[in-house]
Amino acid sequence: MSYTDATVQLLNEQGALVESDASAEFLPYVQALSDDQLREFHRHMVVIRAFDNEATNLQRQGQLGLWVPSLGQEAAQVGSGFAARPQDHIFPAYREHAIARIRGVDPLDIVKLLRGTTHGGWNPKERGNFHLYTLVIGSHTLHATGYAMGMNLKGESGTGNAGTDAAVITYFGDGATSQGDVSEAFVFAASYQAPVLFFLQNNHWAISVPVSTQSRTPLYLRSSGFGIPGIQIDGNDVLVSYAATAANLAEISSGKGPRLIEALTYRMGAHTSSDDPTKYRTNDEVEIWSRRDPITRFETYLRSRGEGDAFFSDVAAEGADLAADIRRRTLELQTPSVDKMFDFVYSDPHPVTAAQKQWLAEYDASFGADA
Amino acid sequence: MTDTTTLNAGPAAEPAGIETMPMAKALNAGLRKAMADDPTVLLMGEDIGPLGGVFRVTEGLQAEFGAKRVMDTPLAESGIIGTAIGLAMAGFRPVCEIQFDGFIFPGFDQITTQLAKLTNRHEGQVQMPVVVRVPYGGHIGAVEHHQESPEALFAHTAGLRLVSPSTPHDAYWMIQEAIAANDPVMFFEPKSRYWPKGAVDLSGNPTPLHTSRVVREGTEVTLVGHGAMVSVLLQAAEIAAEEGTSIEVIDLRSLSPIDYGPIIASVQKTGRLVVASEAPGFVSVSSEIAATVTEKAFYSLEAPVLRVTGFDTPFPPAKLETLYLPDADRVLEAVDRALAY
Repeated sequence: MSYTDATVQLLNEQGALVESDASAEFLPYVQALSDDQLREFHRHMVVIRAFDNEATNLQRQGQLGLWVPSLGQEAAQVGSGFAARPQDHIFPAYREHAIARIRGVDPLDIVKLLRGTTHGGWNPKERGNFHLYTLVIGSHTLHATGYAMGMNLKGESGTGNAGTDAAVITYFGDGATSQGDVSEAFVFAASYQAPVLFFLQNNHWAISVPVSTQSRTPLYLRSSGFGIPGIQIDGNDVLVSYAATAANLAEISSGKGPRLIEALTYRMGAHTSSDDPTKYRTNDEVEIWSRRDPITRFETYLRSRGEGDAFFSDVAAEGADLAADIRRRTLELQTPSVDKMFDFVYSDPHPVTAAQKQWLAEYDASFGADA
Repeated sequence: MTDTTTLNAGPAAEPAGIETMPMAKALNAGLRKAMADDPTVLLMGEDIGPLGGVFRVTEGLQAEFGAKRVMDTPLAESGIIGTAIGLAMAGFRPVCEIQFDGFIFPGFDQITTQLAKLTNRHEGQVQMPVVVRVPYGGHIGAVEHHQESPEALFAHTAGLRLVSPSTPHDAYWMIQEAIAANDPVMFFEPKSRYWPKGAVDLSGNPTPLHTSRVVREGTEVTLVGHGAMVSVLLQAAEIAAEEGTSIEVIDLRSLSPIDYGPIIASVQKTGRLVVASEAPGFVSVSSEIAATVTEKAFYSLEAPVLRVTGFDTPFPPAKLETLYLPDADRVLEAVDRALAY
């Protein structure tokens, strides 16, 4: 339940840059970051945590059917999310709120899914190629792989043009690694040398089951048996998350085949709002990981570089504003038109959904205007 | 249209005309035409490359269109369907071959929870033009999992379309129509009908995909079936005619949605309906037709709608299959019962 010698880190738990042989290849990516970019990392981590906290509150207050907290996983998500380039596609699981926001998804669209007004509903092409959440664990890793195979077929990857060559990132968790679909995704990605990065957030718990039940082998080693190189990083270090993702994406989209990153992180909250983590894990463990908090660590680093109070209070205010905005807009959400139940089951006309839609409209109308 | 300039578009279409060929060859010709017409069409499946598939339906296509467009996949049905979904999102029209009916279930999750629902989940902004070809049904004396008729399991899933040709001509046209559809189509191929030859009009206008069709006219009893069952029904009608009973036979062709027009019109004429299929009868396409026809044509019916189906057992060892699968005699037994009312 801790970092190992294999865990690549750039920013240690005390917020200081560290150098090692393993991290040397990633350091240039961080050195190339401007102060503004570093501030953006912090801003996004803080703001999404405020959003996540507010969504948890909304669920507790009965406004959402369910919430899936991202608390504690901000660095893994923000770092990798910023490493993705405009041409890349992202196939998330269902906890990647920070990446969704970075790629242009309105966080309210995630709230809608969990309030029960949509099943997703956004067009990935209009949202930074950020695809819909997938609730069947691991299923989307195959879609990501297929999409990446398509990039190869269309000549969108591996052409030698680093400015346009694309890749796919798919996010999944430690529990998902036990799903057959994830193994099949590894097989297909390796066979077709698909340009896909498997970004595994090992948050140590699949609802109540520890990662030790999913695997007796460190998960970053899992993919090597499929012919896919893997590395393990400190997922609570936003700098290594960014740099390792950027480095791997460059390799992948240049035609060198799929890669895996295992980001060691921790789900500080519950799996979902329906869950009670006190039943299965210890306070000591939670305490250990709270000392590794990604935001505290990065704030220390930024302050060590001279960042002042004004920036941090500005960021906190932005988080509070987003939370208030989300609360207001959540409470304004309307029940969707019943047409949405019928209109998109098929792309081409279909007699059954058309007839049932008409029947329901006539049934509703039969109650008259008072209904 | 997706830019596929890097892909081999293949040669131009064959000259038109009427040719006699078995269904396996007709499907091969239909796939070839679809691939030649649209460079986004891809074939995926186990052993479909140099071998041409275990039923040789894709024979020669990899040599013609290249390994990028005719992909021998790893042996993993969920992987085939799941990556086909991603390819469809990327602008392709994948046609997946499942080797045998009983081997579709590792892909069942991807078909029912993902493929069938993704257009709805995207509120229409992403289409899923994926065809899943499934050789199905008995009569070939094969081992377990090689003779099943699982179509009802998919018919129950909103978002999928299901069709099944019974002749080489329909196979040639329906596979092209299925590929052109913008929704997922489960394409059930009656494997016992792969080899009998029939005339294929390569120049004709195809019948719309989701239509049923009267294939023999009659006045006293209507028989409805799909796939390999159609030839059994025609055989039964022939025997009945020799005994003085006039039977109308309807080839369902589309299992979801079902085209009730010709069925209702026929029942209004005959007053009697027998629905037959190889699949088990419990919660089946046959049950659905029986219920709907009872609702829509109640006053025309002179007898209850009867079903002749496989039994509600696992498909038996091959030496028992002739007792499991409805044959002309079992169909005629039901015809006699219908006429007795």
